[in-house]
Amino acid sequence: MTDTDRTERPAGLLARLDESDLWWSFRHSPTVIVAALTTLVMFAAAIFAPWIAPHDPFDLSQVNLLDALLPPMWEEGGMAAFPLGTDDQGRDMLSTIIYGARISLFVGFASVALAMVIGVAVGLVSGYAGGWVDTVLMRIADVQLSFPAILIALLIDGVARGLLPRGSHDALAFYVLVTAIGLSFWVQYARTVRGSVLVERRKEYVLAAQVTGLPSLTILVRHILPNVTGPVLVIATIQLALAIITEATLSFLGVGIPPTSPSLGTLIRIGNDFLFSGEWWITIFPGAALVILVLAVNILGDWLRDALNPKLR
Amino acid sequence: MTRLLDISGLSVEFPSRRGTVTAARDITLSVAPGEILGVVGESGAGKSTIGAAVMGLLEPPGRVSGGEVHLDGQRIDTLPEGDKRRIRGRRIGMIFQDPLTSLNPLETIEDQLVTTMLTHLDLSEAEARARAVELIDQVGIPEPAKRVKNYPHQFSGGMRQRAVIALALCAEPEVVIADEPTTALDVSIQAQILELMRRLVRDRDVGMILITHDMGVIAETADRVAVMYRGSVVEEGPTDKILLNPDHAYTQSLIAAVPRPDRRMDRFPLVDYSGEGAAPRAAFDVKTHWLGQARDFAAAHEGPLVAVENLTMAFHVGGMLSGRHETFTAVDDLSLDIRDGEVFGLVGESGSGKSTVARLLTGIYRPVSGRVVFAGVDLTAIGSRREMNRYRRQMQMIFQDPYSSVNPRMRVSDIVAEPIRFHRLASSNAEARRIVEDLLEHVGLGAAAAKKYPHEFSGGQRQRISIARALATRPRFLICDEPTSALDVSIQAQILNLLKDLQEELGLTMLFISHDLPVIRQMCDRVGVMKGGRLMELAETETLFEAPQNDYTRHLLALMPKIYAEEAGEGGGAAALDA
Repeated sequence: MTDTDRTERPAGLLARLDESDLWWSFRHSPTVIVAALTTLVMFAAAIFAPWIAPHDPFDLSQVNLLDALLPPMWEEGGMAAFPLGTDDQGRDMLSTIIYGARISLFVGFASVALAMVIGVAVGLVSGYAGGWVDTVLMRIADVQLSFPAILIALLIDGVARGLLPRGSHDALAFYVLVTAIGLSFWVQYARTVRGSVLVERRKEYVLAAQVTGLPSLTILVRHILPNVTGPVLVIATIQLALAIITEATLSFLGVGIPPTSPSLGTLIRIGNDFLFSGEWWITIFPGAALVILVLAVNILGDWLRDALNPKLR
Repeated sequence: MTRLLDISGLSVEFPSRRGTVTAARDITLSVAPGEILGVVGESGAGKSTIGAAVMGLLEPPGRVSGGEVHLDGQRIDTLPEGDKRRIRGRRIGMIFQDPLTSLNPLETIEDQLVTTMLTHLDLSEAEARARAVELIDQVGIPEPAKRVKNYPHQFSGGMRQRAVIALALCAEPEVVIADEPTTALDVSIQAQILELMRRLVRDRDVGMILITHDMGVIAETADRVAVMYRGSVVEEGPTDKILLNPDHAYTQSLIAAVPRPDRRMDRFPLVDYSGEGAAPRAAFDVKTHWLGQARDFAAAHEGPLVAVENLTMAFHVGGMLSGRHETFTAVDDLSLDIRDGEVFGLVGESGSGKSTVARLLTGIYRPVSGRVVFAGVDLTAIGSRREMNRYRRQMQMIFQDPYSSVNPRMRVSDIVAEPIRFHRLASSNAEARRIVEDLLEHVGLGAAAAKKYPHEFSGGQRQRISIARALATRPRFLICDEPTSALDVSIQAQILNLLKDLQEELGLTMLFISHDLPVIRQMCDRVGVMKGGRLMELAETETLFEAPQNDYTRHLLALMPKIYAEEAGEGGGAAALDA
């Protein structure tokens, strides 16, 4: 009480990190540190896949069908060259998982970025313009919110497949998937940003900008946007995990990434066919990788939400 | 005199990872039955901490680190939580600042009173209901039997605070702690509530601790006063003695900074006690200085600088889907002139339409009807944004809340430079930077402030940033909308002095909006009194204060706290010296 300074959200990235509560709460929660390290390792593996993975699963010259369906190295009949065994086409599971995680993460990041751009833009416009613009945009959001995201992604995916010429499906699968997931995830951002904008636009610094005569777009981008990014970051982290899961689900259902360059979801689907014939490793290992990745990212997101929310502190 | 509540040597600490903050240090206070002890101090002095500590309601991790609290001879600070709970409400009542949030919106006033009484007193439900009506009657709410069945939202702010008082008194406590009970209320309601509290304390022989930042409230109500500064009581004594003849340097500086309602002074006397004042302002010559140069709007015009003609503004009430088309008239057929170079005051209670007028003048709102004429040009007839910006540059605004009026994500240099860049007032970035540093120097912040972010500054310093930004376009008309009502009195005195200095140096025309009559008297040449969107009276400041014509003006003036009443009664000796 003696210190009269109100603690406001500090600005400036370096200064913030140095003495921020964020860094403090990070250092004091082991779960979060483990999650962060796991995420970091998996991200690094995905980014540097060509150098880290022992084999290149997409290089047909390295793949030998005779190596198909080998169990993990510690099982009888396993080989040290394939630590986690091989799949039905003789591809090394470990390498395939690393490359698969890479695709999953790419799809995750790209679709979250797309959803974020759409959602933030809609939220800003909706909150600042108000009136009928707000009503129309938010009713659209409500309608979309009342369907499960996966259903919308399936719908968009289906429509895209129907419209695109045959033969280009596999090549365009990545973009179709990103668009489908991105378009089904924007609502959360829009709602959250709109709420924050409604609060911010009443503040006097916005009034000051209006008195100066700044055009609405400048006020929105330069003044309001930086003040509503906190919650957006949190949603993005949590939705990254969701996007990866959605990609895996779509791929598992066979409408996502094609088996020639499998993502984690595709791998699980392939493995699913072999689950009852005893080759459990084809589905269990990608599944475990997916669970660990999503869990780690989710823990990070949850922590970020709690740490940035002064009410929960 | 018997001591009812006795606090001795109380210290409160808030341990945190950045070290332990001592919020209250060695506090010794006592209250007798039927007595009101005022605890006064600026924000962060630790006033509310004492109230919370006595109630056992310190926010964790705060803890009492020393001292004792006795209630009627019994030590209560060491009691187990269950016993403390029985004391709270039953023997010590509490009145909070915000009547809106201290009542449960989902229960009727009666239910809340009855529940509290049944918890603490040995009454039947029928008896409790009868008592509830009685209490509501005692706190001065008309038609008690009917109103007691109402929900809090059906009450006005003042009535809610009355209900809160009834709630605090319903279990017949021996001591009541009132924490800023009237800060959220308008002056006329404040006067009624203070009067009510005084009467109840006398009638019921209750001891009251009244925590406030407002010297006027203290002067009106308290029998004794304790002055707090940074966690310690620096002075304690009878109210008259403290207000008129304080011993401690801090008390002296605090009282000197309170705007005087009884006469006009050139500047506020600054007894800077805290030492955290502003950097000295650079003296400058307006004729050679940037702020005085290139006043391209010097073109001659007839008549007053700002003329408001029959201005009316109405807002729609009710949502788009509700189908109702009700309107609320915020400004009603208002006409006034503001002359070149004068400070025009606009005074009124909350909801009187003062701020709406400011927003109409700056063009943020478009009036329903009427005209705003600025330097001979009808602003309400201007269609294009570009044309409007020419005039926007000439009028700038200073806002009420220093914590929200500067963008927390921008550096001070960018905040102040924004209007310069937007209106292309500087030919290069280097020039803009130089102007910004100059402006900051000017409002007493120092050029080094440019590189910092707003959160590194206190409320008063932020208000200076806001002033620097407003001056950046070299305006000729400055609108100040309650520029100091969120600040402590000592800071308020500094900011008001700064505004006066700048106004004189730059020959600014100013619209000064405030609910605070003493401040208006110190600042303004002419004053308009607003009520319900209408102008009740418009006169020269001194004329208005000395010989008000309108009933409402007289009513407002009568409600001004009279700290200096006794002194003024002694004759004009002191006044003559200052004048």
